Amino acid sequence: MKKRAFFKSRSLPYLLILPQLLITLTFFYWPAAQGVIASFQLSDPFGFRTRFVWFDNFIALFRDPLYLKSILITLFFSGSVALISISCGLFLATMANRALRFTTLTRTLLIWPYAIAPAISGILWLFLLHPSYGVVAIALNKWFGLDWNPLLESSHAMLLVVMASAWKNISYNFVFFLAGLQAVPHSLIEAAAMDGASPFRRFWAITFPMLSPTLFFVTVMTIIFSFFESFGIIHAVTQGGPGGSTNILVYKVYQDGFIGLNLGSSSAQSVVLMVLIIVITALQFKYVERKVQYTG
Amino acid sequence: MSKNRSFMFVLMLVLLISFAGPAFAKPIEIQWWHAMRGSRGDTVQKIVDGFNSSQSDYKVVAIYKGAYDEVLNAGVAAVRAHKQPDILQSFEVGTQTMMLSGAIYPVYKLMADNGYKIDWSQYLQPVLSYYMNSDGNLMSMPFNSSTPVMYYNVDQFKKAGIPMLSKEKPVTWDEMGEITGKLVKSGVKGGLVTAWQSWTQVENYSAIQNIPFASKANGYEGLDTELLINNDKVVKHIARLKSWMKDNRFYYGGQKYQGPKSEFIAENAGIYIDSISAIAKLKSAAKFKWDIAPLPVETWNTQPQNSIIGGASLWVFKGLPKNHYKGVAAFLNYLAGDGPQILWHKETGYFPITLTAYEQLKSEGYYKESPYQEVGIKELTRATPNKNSRGLRLGYFVQIRNIINEELELVWNDTKTPQAAMDSAVARSNVKLREFEKTYK
Repeated sequence: MKKRAFFKSRSLPYLLILPQLLITLTFFYWPAAQGVIASFQLSDPFGFRTRFVWFDNFIALFRDPLYLKSILITLFFSGSVALISISCGLFLATMANRALRFTTLTRTLLIWPYAIAPAISGILWLFLLHPSYGVVAIALNKWFGLDWNPLLESSHAMLLVVMASAWKNISYNFVFFLAGLQAVPHSLIEAAAMDGASPFRRFWAITFPMLSPTLFFVTVMTIIFSFFESFGIIHAVTQGGPGGSTNILVYKVYQDGFIGLNLGSSSAQSVVLMVLIIVITALQFKYVERKVQYTG
Repeated sequence: MSKNRSFMFVLMLVLLISFAGPAFAKPIEIQWWHAMRGSRGDTVQKIVDGFNSSQSDYKVVAIYKGAYDEVLNAGVAAVRAHKQPDILQSFEVGTQTMMLSGAIYPVYKLMADNGYKIDWSQYLQPVLSYYMNSDGNLMSMPFNSSTPVMYYNVDQFKKAGIPMLSKEKPVTWDEMGEITGKLVKSGVKGGLVTAWQSWTQVENYSAIQNIPFASKANGYEGLDTELLINNDKVVKHIARLKSWMKDNRFYYGGQKYQGPKSEFIAENAGIYIDSISAIAKLKSAAKFKWDIAPLPVETWNTQPQNSIIGGASLWVFKGLPKNHYKGVAAFLNYLAGDGPQILWHKETGYFPITLTAYEQLKSEGYYKESPYQEVGIKELTRATPNKNSRGLRLGYFVQIRNIINEELELVWNDTKTPQAAMDSAVARSNVKLREFEKTYK
């Protein structure tokens, strides 16, 4: 009798996929739909009075100049975090890939920061750079006369949260880049070296293109990370201040919804955030992914 | 035969258990969700234990549910799931939300329905009035109430040759300018820092100076209220603090745990404005002598009003099993008794809420021993609360405070003038107030 690799039954595949589908529906689509519905409503926190207000919540949001500012802040923040953590991650990965001695130790040490919770990493950076008790801040003031004060200066606060978020994300990117680098065939590099290509040239002409799928993946992940997971860092370090200068979108959703109990506005903000991240990811797939070479 | 015997034995056992049941009736469990952590939480447990051992019908279970906003959120979620606790501690800025929620059983009614005749005039009025509705009926039971006061570093004052401050007669803000100037000149890094800047420098400043914070009697008389904090007096006060930043007579220590308190403890600032409940922390952490004075007043203000309170109160939910309410009422009655109130005040710094507890503390000589504990009570009771000093009743108040904080930070970092910042705070807050009004119409 012949073994069959497929089954005749038409319903079986659907049945097999059902558990996964149910989970996705319950834990993703259902809450998301609830959020969308709530964004068209004004509701008291306890849910006894709910009014349908069409697009009022969205109109109020986009009339608020501070909300528009918050969008710009978010874009700037995630752009900077992505740039810093990707370039540093790539640099460290190339270095670690070459390291001949203490390889395991170096790699372990470089991966460590990723294991730290965002809030803890925020507090660590605050201990270094708080104007009154931060070791680095005090040193900066003493030796360079630099009046570093992220509690008061918007740019200092932004720099602080960008550094804290990027630092944490470097390790994540590092792991992927290192794996990508190890997949580059040695024979190619050696052949180029024999042809007289400089290390720099070898990197740009061979390694970098072969890394492009990793680079693309890491970029998408970092942008999403800085949109959402940097929440813990912002909460621990600046709480959106001073004067709302580090109030990124996801933190504003939390502040207005969870703390302020303004559910309509908060839901509308979540919907905007969802649309924004969908658009950004779609753009990346449309324009960046084309340049990616999937080989091997 | 033996089979028969064992059958009889089991039968007897079953009968015994079913008859003995009522005698071992479990007390009815009453859930109290609160936000008191650390030593405050320990004191809460002591009070609860006191109640539980005083009778056997009810057992109060006190559960820490996180910070104030987290407790309120837990309450909201519980009501939505029809699994509400019996008692919920909610902070003072959530008062309007709780009052209008339609989810609560007003405390004055609960007490009356269960046969407690309480003489509310025997309570500290500035505390009660914060939680009364417009008809003067108490909606929630005041629990932990505080008010802002001024802490100062006695050692630094001595070194700078500044006389100690009176515990009853407040200094003027003009005098504050001189005092902070002397402090800085004597080598202290900064003069004044403040915690909770909206609460201390705008809300309480307005109450004490008898200026309305919002229209409609600070929101007590209608949801169509608007903020009024862009008036000359408040703007001038903010401008004065700003001008003091030039020579460090005032400096900004950040919000919440970022630091004003640690600035004072580290002796970076000689004067520190915060809640009276900071006493407990200073007692354990400050390595210098400190004392307390009432908040400063304006020179033209010869009759300073009472300051307004902060803290939280206890709300009772509707829709609980009937037999719970008797226990809840008994517990609230116990809580307001002299014993628990005195313990609470001594261990945490929060006010006792009844006059009888206060009188007893006085006759015990407690305030002779630790006179600084009385400064807050005196500041709070020095005048009869009026429309401007009764309290604040605003929807989305948490967001409004956030807006005020943001705008003040923009003044401190030179982005806005005090007038522009307060104008913007009013305009932005009014949007929130209108949203809130629309929700409840």
